[in-house]
Amino acid sequence: MIQTIGLTKKYGSFYALQDLNLVVEDSTVFGFVGANGAGKSTTFSILATLLQPTAGDAFINGMSVTKNPQEVRRQIGYVPDFFGVYDQLKTDEYLDFYGASYGIKPKERAVLIPKLLELVNLENKRYDYVDLLSRGMKQRLCLARALIHDPKILILDEPASGLDPRARVEMRDILRELKAMGKTILISSHILPELAEMCDSIGVIDNGKLIAQGSVQAIQAQLQSEKVIRVKVMGDTSSVIPFFEMDPFVSQIEEQRDKRVIQFFYRGTEGDQLRLLQEAITQNIPILSFAEEETDLEDVFMAITKGVEIG
Amino acid sequence: MKTLFTNPVLIKELKLRFRNLKSFTGILFYLIAMSIFVFGFIFLATSLTGNGFFRPDESFMLFSIMTYIQLGLILFITPALTAGTISSEREKQTLNILLTTSQTSFQIIFGKMTSSIAFLLLMIVSGLPIYSLVFLYGGVSPSQLFYIFLFYLLTLLAIASIGVMFSTLIRKTIVAIIATYGAMIFIAGVTAFFLLISVQVSQMGSGTPTMSPMAHFWATINPPAVMLTLLQPPMEDQLQSVTMVSVPLWIGYVIFYSLLTISCIFLAVKRLRVNMNKYK
Repeated sequence: MIQTIGLTKKYGSFYALQDLNLVVEDSTVFGFVGANGAGKSTTFSILATLLQPTAGDAFINGMSVTKNPQEVRRQIGYVPDFFGVYDQLKTDEYLDFYGASYGIKPKERAVLIPKLLELVNLENKRYDYVDLLSRGMKQRLCLARALIHDPKILILDEPASGLDPRARVEMRDILRELKAMGKTILISSHILPELAEMCDSIGVIDNGKLIAQGSVQAIQAQLQSEKVIRVKVMGDTSSVIPFFEMDPFVSQIEEQRDKRVIQFFYRGTEGDQLRLLQEAITQNIPILSFAEEETDLEDVFMAITKGVEIG
Repeated sequence: MKTLFTNPVLIKELKLRFRNLKSFTGILFYLIAMSIFVFGFIFLATSLTGNGFFRPDESFMLFSIMTYIQLGLILFITPALTAGTISSEREKQTLNILLTTSQTSFQIIFGKMTSSIAFLLLMIVSGLPIYSLVFLYGGVSPSQLFYIFLFYLLTLLAIASIGVMFSTLIRKTIVAIIATYGAMIFIAGVTAFFLLISVQVSQMGSGTPTMSPMAHFWATINPPAVMLTLLQPPMEDQLQSVTMVSVPLWIGYVIFYSLLTISCIFLAVKRLRVNMNKYK
């Protein structure tokens, strides 16, 4: 379990992190969302025992990162947002070095390394030099490196940043597998919307403060107070706009004439929404489709960080 | 003891160092330079005398000059090899990952420093066959050579620890290298200058030498001066007659540079995880 209590990091008068209280239960995946500089990497650095908090404390399986950093290091696997690799070191030697750094015996390392390379789909790169691998391969290798001592907890800071779509899919599949293995995963990523189905809960951080925390569904439901409705009509869209404008729950109508689509914000209940659709059909509005726009985590993130009221 | 030599950082560093062509060419050029000097000296000595003999006193002179040249090389090469050990990891963005492993700060510093020292020792040892040519002609005792190599080892340890310390304290490798060379200039050059001034000051006025612990101190921490007393023990008596302090220089040298080495390593270990220091 990961827990932070009043975690604060201050540089002069600037708060990089302010009173962060967070709980990530065992064998769950926690997604951390926030703009660049919001405090995600600061939080991760503190959890990875790289940074001392100004106030508060964080606990990994009950152990304080400030009081027992050496023990905490054995419990976590950390993938930083930016990292380098050693020149002139082969893939298996790279893993062997980190295995030795965690005190794993040579015989055990010899068994572990091929398994880890298989897990991250790098078994055919075992004898290649690390610095010659592609970015996606390096990211996967770094993940394998973080797993070498079989940690219960994984702290992954933007593990998919800078990857092409194929590499992102590969990374997502590996993370899914790790989740199935029962690892507790704390992850921040630009591809969080893609990871929504595997995150048990998310936290949204902005300007060093945690501004929302809960399950993906709960946070998305909070956004439903103002949903987006997209209507496709047959013929000219301008003739149907006056009809929707009359509804008291409709605002900010936008039209895409070429696509014969209009889109608006709707504040009413599901009953109000049904009445609006029935009325439109009664008045012979040529509706081809009438649908609620799906909101994903990116919308949640954008809405929250723009200061939109959520519940 | 076993864990010291199975240190992962040490093994990795040695592996990387010996995969690098620069390491081999470095040793090659070092040996070429030594050979040119030794064989050139012998050739000149034998051709100038015209009889083809190389006298024991010439052999000792050759040994002395070679010893100084090697000291110069240690002073010159060690900063370059050690001052980038930690800062280059920081620049390559590999340090953070290393710091999240369960290796202690001491293990990391020890591994880094030992690998650099091992390479320098290899360089010195590889030059031994050339060095031992002097034994062919006599004039040098094996015990003297042994003490000289102990002196090299201590000097090398001290400079390496200074380099690793600067590499830990300073973020940029180039600045750390400059700082270490600055320390070298102080140790080898500035202390000699202070020694001369201290001797002059002590002889001022009466014209006869008075007791000068400062002059003795500057001589004690100056490697070329201590080296001179090891090569020419009578020089020790001469220096003592000037400073009026009867403690052999090498004792002070061992104490000072051992303490300096321990302090530098301690500071490097303490400052490696600088962001984990309280109230930072």
